[in-house]
Amino acid sequence: MTLLAVENLTVSRGGLAVLEGVSFSLAAGHALVLRGPNGIGKTTLLRTLAGLQPALAGRISMPPETMAYAAHADGLKATLTVRENLQFWAAIYATDTVEAALDRMNLRALEHRAAMSLSAGQKRRLGLARLLVTGRPVWVLDEPTVSLDAASVALFAEAVRAHLAVGGAALMATHIDLGLAEAEVLDLGPFKARPPEAGGHRGAFDHDFDGAFL
Amino acid sequence: MIALLARDLRLAIRAGGGFGLGLAFFLIVVTLVPFGVGPQGEILARIASGILWLGALLACLLSLDRIFALDFEDGSLDLLATAPIPLEAVVTIKALAHWITTGLPLVLAAPLFAVLLHLPGPAYLWLEVSLLLGTPALSVLGTFGAALTVGLKRGGLLLSLLVLPLYVPTLIFGAELVRRGAEGMAIEVPLTMLAGITAATVALVPFASAAAIRVNLR
Repeated sequence: MTLLAVENLTVSRGGLAVLEGVSFSLAAGHALVLRGPNGIGKTTLLRTLAGLQPALAGRISMPPETMAYAAHADGLKATLTVRENLQFWAAIYATDTVEAALDRMNLRALEHRAAMSLSAGQKRRLGLARLLVTGRPVWVLDEPTVSLDAASVALFAEAVRAHLAVGGAALMATHIDLGLAEAEVLDLGPFKARPPEAGGHRGAFDHDFDGAFL
Repeated sequence: MIALLARDLRLAIRAGGGFGLGLAFFLIVVTLVPFGVGPQGEILARIASGILWLGALLACLLSLDRIFALDFEDGSLDLLATAPIPLEAVVTIKALAHWITTGLPLVLAAPLFAVLLHLPGPAYLWLEVSLLLGTPALSVLGTFGAALTVGLKRGGLLLSLLVLPLYVPTLIFGAELVRRGAEGMAIEVPLTMLAGITAATVALVPFASAAAIRVNLR
């Protein structure tokens, strides 16, 4: 079953097209890793898929209420404890999987600590535990392994594998090898937007902007 | 949505949350006025309603920039925008949380502070009524300014410039209601205007604030 299909998508950052003609589909039980050099538009693509910014062109089809997005920032509240942070998101998504998430991301020993006293890697683990409490099938992850040590990366890979096994799907932008043998890789390099002189999109100025003043 | 309200209230009362700041500011403004104007009771009584309303307005303004800025900085605003509750509801809940932590304490403490300004006896009831009706509009209008300035560094001053003019109608009718109450005049017109402004603000502004946040998150 296809959970996410992207056809001929063009995304823009700061009014300029960065990627064009991106097409892929993601089926249940599959993971797709986005690769490409810094600045190619991985984050922009993921934010567009998450609905935080409009696409310049193309189509995104996805059943409603299926996606959980995790950005660079974890969205943690420093003065709340680990458990309170997770409970908040569990309440927002109306699920009750806080205990399972604490165990799976190895946060049980830290559950009553305030998030501000966690190390960078522990914060990241808490941010990823948030995905588990959303109960959403499609995970859209932006650099999920930043500041994780080798053991935590393995823990995370295990969580993704378990998620795929129950019919979930994951779309990740990452530079490192997660050890997920089953993940497909999509190199974004070939989709780099052409400059306007070469017939590419002109971003926000596509609709004959100059003509409006003549 | 109740979870969001509970989280915001919990954050406000924990260390660094800023609970009570507005109230302390209100107290200081009201205490400073007799020093500046002089201790003559009859002058203070005449300007009391205006000073109390102005103090409430500034105290409310003090904590507005925190409404969305903190959530923006730690990334939770992005996550809330992709969460299964509409952004309009997020804005409304945040305005409610701001009112509970700022507006409501002002309403409750205002009669005590009014004593410092020799507010005439009959005006106390109308001071309470006017603040209770008017302060929710201050919080909701504040979300609009906070939403417009959410991505900006040091957006606090710009926020004040944007929001204070929007507070003018509430200030006029709120202070007028107290003044008329103090002098025993008919209060129907300022009362209905004040209530009407608040009702319209609460109904319409969350949509504008949510739209401003969506633009700022792009």
